[in-house]
Amino acid sequence: MDRTPRLVQGNQAIAAAAIYAGARFFAGYPITPSSEIAEECSKKLPKVGGMYMQMEDEIASVGAMVGAALTGSKAFTATSGPGFSLMQENIGMATIGEVPCVIINVQRSGPSTGLATKPSQSDLMQIKWGRHGDQAIIALAPASVAECFALTVKAFNLAEKFRTPVILAADEIVAHMRENFIEPLPGELEVIDRKKPSGPPAQYRPFEPSEDMVSPLAAYGSEYVFHITSSMCGPEGYSNNDPANATWKIKQLHEKIAMHRDEIVETKTFDADEAQLDILLIAFGGTTRVARAAALKLRQEGVKAGVLQLVTVWPFADLEVLKYGSKAKTVVIPEMNYSGQIADEVKRVLGPAADIRRVNKYNGEVITPQDILQVVKQSN
Amino acid sequence: MKNRQEVILAGSGGQGLIMAGILLAETGMNEGKNVVQTQSYGIASRGGFSSSEVIISDDEIIFQHVEDPDVIVVLSQEAMQIYDGFDTTIIYDSDLVTPGKGNNRFGAPFTKAAFELGNPASINIIFLGCLLQLKPVVDPAKFAAVVDKKFKSNRNNEKALQKGVELGNMLKEAMAKC
Repeated sequence: MDRTPRLVQGNQAIAAAAIYAGARFFAGYPITPSSEIAEECSKKLPKVGGMYMQMEDEIASVGAMVGAALTGSKAFTATSGPGFSLMQENIGMATIGEVPCVIINVQRSGPSTGLATKPSQSDLMQIKWGRHGDQAIIALAPASVAECFALTVKAFNLAEKFRTPVILAADEIVAHMRENFIEPLPGELEVIDRKKPSGPPAQYRPFEPSEDMVSPLAAYGSEYVFHITSSMCGPEGYSNNDPANATWKIKQLHEKIAMHRDEIVETKTFDADEAQLDILLIAFGGTTRVARAAALKLRQEGVKAGVLQLVTVWPFADLEVLKYGSKAKTVVIPEMNYSGQIADEVKRVLGPAADIRRVNKYNGEVITPQDILQVVKQSN
Repeated sequence: MKNRQEVILAGSGGQGLIMAGILLAETGMNEGKNVVQTQSYGIASRGGFSSSEVIISDDEIIFQHVEDPDVIVVLSQEAMQIYDGFDTTIIYDSDLVTPGKGNNRFGAPFTKAAFELGNPASINIIFLGCLLQLKPVVDPAKFAAVVDKKFKSNRNNEKALQKGVELGNMLKEAMAKC
């Protein structure tokens, strides 16, 4: 096996990782800055017995993905900007139908067409709340080409394990960046497949309540005949308007994520282990890199600075933010959006008394170490 | 040679700047270094400001963008205006750019050279060949090998690289006189 590094783009790593994780179906509509994912899939999926489907739009893309996932295939799509807006309704269908699937959202600058080729991190709340109705979602944000690969595999694993759509919240920075990268060998990373039913087909119920809140999922086209609907449904999969059933179902959709939060929530720290910190930078996705660079510059000046990287963006890493945030005098959150979508979450966790500072850039330019140092120094 | 090299290639869409960045980064990677290549471009496939950055380092590359460029290649007047204030070596296309007043500005007719070779798209190989004569941020021989492999031994690229080396040697003389 070739173990020499290759120069790989984030989007290429995402496509390769999806195939590594067992994905064999991609339906999508290319859009900058996610287009290379579709391009790679169109070349590579047919070679591994998979299927690439160029759709008429992003609404249909998610529809096709959901259908394919229900036939037993690991399925995904990729988009950016307005494409992600179009996908929301059918992602909601995947949520209530508990359909495992992965949506790659390479965030770009908006609103609407916005700065189509420029990076942004302004879809965090759309990722969480873009669909109507109560729901919980899982979202992961890579900071490098290596993480584009690793987190795409993790996204499929979480989708399969918890029967839920998972969103890879990439951004233009990591998606278009190229780095030297050695692809993991088969078996090097864990690959999880969904639980399948083993009982008699006639007795199969697709939403059977179970201890871990995740029921086995049969495949369309198999001897298990079942129904998935976007309407509120009971354990057998058919429409059910009973308030008691709705209470159970909505609670279950939330609790299957909440009860497994330790498996889902991943964070990394850099120089954040001292008992007291002067500055804690909390960052995610592409801006993790600038946060780390700024922390190193601060360390050189004798400032005790560390970084908490939110690898999992949703569900929010409340425990980790509290643990590291409460030992820092000042918490600084760089993010490529106007208001500080993640900073608001940090404030919710640390409370109104915490010294929280925001570094926001929303003009298509990346945040520089200097931008962060300026905010840190203004405050002291 | 110091253990970190930072290069900016700037011009307009269609000049092969991103491919040029990829070629430099691949060469750096083949030398066993860590590399990061990034780009910035607009919505047009031709025209508009476009740039490609490469960092080559023995250490982990944390921030992905160039902060202290060792050399900048400038292929449009707009790019010249952006980078004119930088106190570093700037190599510019003398067919397209009027340089600012800074020191260390070296011009060569890349566009004309590419047209004379009958392949305007070879401009990136020409300016990289030239750049590596002035600033060997990667080994020129290893770079030639990457070009050869990438374009499956296309003879036109060999000629373009040769032309770039010639222009580089010419600029080296100019540099020596500085």
